[in-house]
Amino acid sequence: MNFVLGAVDYVGRAVLHSVEEAGRIFQLFLSVLAWLVRPPLRLRPIFKQMEFVGVRSIFVVVLTGTFTGMVLALQTYHGFRMFSAESMVGATVALSMTRELGPVLTALMVTARAGSAMAAELGTMRVTEQIDALYVMAANPVKYLIVPRMVASVVMLPFLTIVSDFVGVVGGYFVGVHLLRINSGIFMKNITKIVELDDIFNGLIKAAFFGLILSLIGCYKGFNTTGGAEGVGRATTEAVVLASVMILISDYFLTALMF
Amino acid sequence: MIQIIDIHKSFGRQKVLDGVDLDIEAGKTTVIIGRSGGGKSVLLKHIIGLLKPDRGQILVEGVDITKLNDRDLNEIRKKFGMLFQEAALFDSMTVGDNVAFPLREHARMSEAEIREIVADRLRAVGLSGVEAKMPSELSGGMRKRVGLARAIAMRPRIVLFDEPTTGLDPVMTEAINQLIIDTQRNYDLTCVVISHDIQSIFRIGHRIAMLYEGKIVASGTPDEIRASQNPVVRQFLSGSIEGPIKVI
Repeated sequence: MNFVLGAVDYVGRAVLHSVEEAGRIFQLFLSVLAWLVRPPLRLRPIFKQMEFVGVRSIFVVVLTGTFTGMVLALQTYHGFRMFSAESMVGATVALSMTRELGPVLTALMVTARAGSAMAAELGTMRVTEQIDALYVMAANPVKYLIVPRMVASVVMLPFLTIVSDFVGVVGGYFVGVHLLRINSGIFMKNITKIVELDDIFNGLIKAAFFGLILSLIGCYKGFNTTGGAEGVGRATTEAVVLASVMILISDYFLTALMF
Repeated sequence: MIQIIDIHKSFGRQKVLDGVDLDIEAGKTTVIIGRSGGGKSVLLKHIIGLLKPDRGQILVEGVDITKLNDRDLNEIRKKFGMLFQEAALFDSMTVGDNVAFPLREHARMSEAEIREIVADRLRAVGLSGVEAKMPSELSGGMRKRVGLARAIAMRPRIVLFDEPTTGLDPVMTEAINQLIIDTQRNYDLTCVVISHDIQSIFRIGHRIAMLYEGKIVASGTPDEIRASQNPVVRQFLSGSIEGPIKVI
């Protein structure tokens, strides 16, 4: 009996904690919106974050996008060959990249690179009292630290996704046409025939939403860090895990709504 | 200048402040002493509105800051400067940008004027010409001095010091003490210092208050505190393990 009560108690506490945390994250989001529209809007810190989140992620996004497109072409080729549908490899790669893999993989990569850095940076600022120093100097840390990171992430994720989509298709083309000898004209024609602009745009909307999630969670975890260096490590890990899970869960619901 | 009236604060079940009453006089340095982890920093954070009390009032020039919204609190905060324990310099900025930060945020000045003030404040703390350095290139004592330069950048009327000499060698401790004395005098500041460094306390304090078990148990001039018969004060000043302050 005690064991059952203990288990119920544990689950109850976990649920309460999660609901409370979701509420706090939403509160932070509202606070970011409020500070976003309150002048002055400083562009310099936003551009600095855009460079960090966007420009410096290009290499890793190109790498993952290219190999994902390549492996997708390889896998679908072997499957489609059984139905003599090799000509559909290009369209399948392009559709998968634009609708799903481009935005999701880009978001996961940026979470690992920039989301973790946001949590670690803000967490360090919290435990070394730099955030308190901002308050003392009558500078709001949400405006100064979080708004630029969120704006940069929401703006840059779609751009990175375009890059990922493009190199994914190029990778697929290379494997399909050059290695597996699919006719180049058919490969390209089926892409243009099947992939519509909406597929690309909806993928980009997803990417912007993922940018919001990864920056909001990264900043929230960092901003609420307690417990010194160990706390910073914990906040960083929690930020990456929670943001990645939320990206994958929200991807399902966004897909169900859009397509 | 600052009146702390019956401040209570608990974190969970732990009661940290249990009815603190203290008057901080204008143009003087008040040192709050007490054990490590005894609530001194918590009290300091209440004075500048970083923490809200569960009960009680903090009047800054007659205004109860515990009731203010963020905007009004920020206006009050412009009267304050604060030197944090580890200086809390922004490590992504140069020393010059750190000192210029409050000026760029709040003062409508040209870059040339800001640069002039930054140079003046750095000169005041004995660190001319370090504007381009990063905080990571500085020693602990230098970081604290830059922290002080930043704290006085806006010519505040009140400066709070959170254990300014902790972790410094005796020579640097004396240098920081002298700097606090000079800065207080030159800028006509009201200073609140929290510390448990006995030598520094008597060196810099015009008034000393002892915080123990969430209350101010004694306050007065350095001579009055030295002559205090309060057993807590006597034990704290003598550093004895025998007495009402429990070691474990």
